[in-house]
Amino acid sequence: MLGMTKKLLLALDHIEGISKLDVYRQHGGYAVLQKALKATPESLVEEVKKSGLRGRGGAGFPTGMKWSFLAKPEGVPRYLVCNADESEPGTFKDRYLMERIPHLLIEGMIISSFALGANTSYIYVRGEYYYIIKILEKAIEEAYAAGLLGKNILGSGYDLNLYVQPGGGAYICGEETALLESLEGKRGNPRIKPPFPAVAGLWGCPTVVNNVETIAAVVPIIQMGGDEYAKIGIGKSTGTKLISASGHINKPGVYEIELGLPVEEFIYSEQYCGGIRNGKKMKAVVAGGSSVPILPTELILKTAAGEPRLMSYESLGDGGFATGTMLGSGGFIVYDEDTSIVKNLFTFARFYHHESCGQCSPCREGTGWMEKILHKFIDGHATLADIDLLWDVQSKIEGKTICPLGEAAAWPVAAAIRHFRHEFEAYVNNPAAIKQVKHYYRLNKLEVVNS
Amino acid sequence: MVQFSTEAKAIAEKIIRRYPEGKQKSALLPLLHLAQAEFDGWLSVETMDYVAELLSIKPIEVYEVASFYTMFNLQPVGRYLIEICQTSSCWACGAEDIIEYLEGKLQIKVGQTTPDGMFTLKTVECLGSCGTAPMFQIGDKFHENLTLEKVDGILETCKTENKRSRYC
Repeated sequence: MLGMTKKLLLALDHIEGISKLDVYRQHGGYAVLQKALKATPESLVEEVKKSGLRGRGGAGFPTGMKWSFLAKPEGVPRYLVCNADESEPGTFKDRYLMERIPHLLIEGMIISSFALGANTSYIYVRGEYYYIIKILEKAIEEAYAAGLLGKNILGSGYDLNLYVQPGGGAYICGEETALLESLEGKRGNPRIKPPFPAVAGLWGCPTVVNNVETIAAVVPIIQMGGDEYAKIGIGKSTGTKLISASGHINKPGVYEIELGLPVEEFIYSEQYCGGIRNGKKMKAVVAGGSSVPILPTELILKTAAGEPRLMSYESLGDGGFATGTMLGSGGFIVYDEDTSIVKNLFTFARFYHHESCGQCSPCREGTGWMEKILHKFIDGHATLADIDLLWDVQSKIEGKTICPLGEAAAWPVAAAIRHFRHEFEAYVNNPAAIKQVKHYYRLNKLEVVNS
Repeated sequence: MVQFSTEAKAIAEKIIRRYPEGKQKSALLPLLHLAQAEFDGWLSVETMDYVAELLSIKPIEVYEVASFYTMFNLQPVGRYLIEICQTSSCWACGAEDIIEYLEGKLQIKVGQTTPDGMFTLKTVECLGSCGTAPMFQIGDKFHENLTLEKVDGILETCKTENKRSRYC
């Protein structure tokens, strides 16, 4: 459906000065907040439920359901915390949204806080995005001055204070309980659940943690109503999704797509990625951030049953991990025919080893072990038995850790071996050649050396 | 004894007020960023003890946090800390070329500081700049879509300015 793109989040991103409050308001900004403050909190939660919105951070959990779990004990404050700790490799959509349209997030935060009955809310931004923190703080200041934050917002009697909290550089703080620990001034060690944050979150109080894009999506949902929003997209993948496209494509960037767009169209149409750069062929795609299984070209374009693969939670997941993957965070990395899958996997393994919080042995030890084994491959010292060892190690992490970082580290390894075992074998069979190659990521050079 | 400037002290007090009474420990990460900006880009034990005192928490509560997060430097760093991303998208777009070039140009290895104390080179994991790879961060600034020529220009600008890249 070329040219039928629905833009709900980035409809205004091209407008000059849209990061400023007056420009945002000139284009209808904060009108939805006005509408929301006249409704009851319960009815707003109901609209979000009806919308079918699913958490845009990566897990895809229904947002309305998460909101409805929030405990409401008498006399205990409740908190809304926005997860802007965007650190999943391949993902940069939240950064784009906050940089371009900070007031959309702030409007979403006020509406969502009102719906949840929170009077203090925090936006936890990864520390490296310091310039984004400055943008948000400036926008929040503008909102206070205009009576959109603080006491008695727009005469409604509702009070809200909103603060930005910087992280310190730790991927694990994207996990919601680690984020809360960090916000409490501690190491980012995920908590054992239950209790879930909805019952005992920030400082032991009921808390909802939502991703930036999720909270921003609340604005169009309240504007059009949950039922209307649910008509956009396909099946249970309702609405639009921001996709961060990177790698060997002609037009890397952040794109808002209607869920259900064919993957092939996303990669090859001029409207989106514009095809593979330098006239190369595509080899593989990581569709939802580094944690999801990598798929070879034939499986990312079509399911095992031969159906066109769509950009949706269900279609990308079709076939399970045997032949499918996940939409995840929408971090879409495309690799051309020259890319070494083994070396790319090494960069992921190094990442997870660096980012493991160290709390659970299978993850702390397993991620280091996997990096070490993969280093043997790219160093030309691996044996065929190392492929099986790598498989064995990854299989012993999944499901044995407090948080999903363990799975996130294991899945990419499993998928690379599952779909590209022959490349691991090539590394074992040509150690001398590997040592001669300066840039491991150019596998065709390796083949040239071989011949 | 280390101490914040009057200006930094005012910022610290404002930060502490963001949290409910008795929850001032939540200000730890923002205060460590502030302290690092105040005291030459790194956190000495003395600095960490000072932050502990400001927040009425034990020094160990500061040490364990400072050592957990990548952004806190527990050793002195150069005036310009170059943090170059090496994860998948950056790697696939040539980050290793940039690292190698920087090592050659600065005559140091990753993890080292130039003898004149100007540059420290550090590799980091994904900084959320995948669509504009390869990239590095200096202070609060992202330098994206790097080429070798661009790197030359950035290093020259640093040398001319010759002042500590500040975060905060």
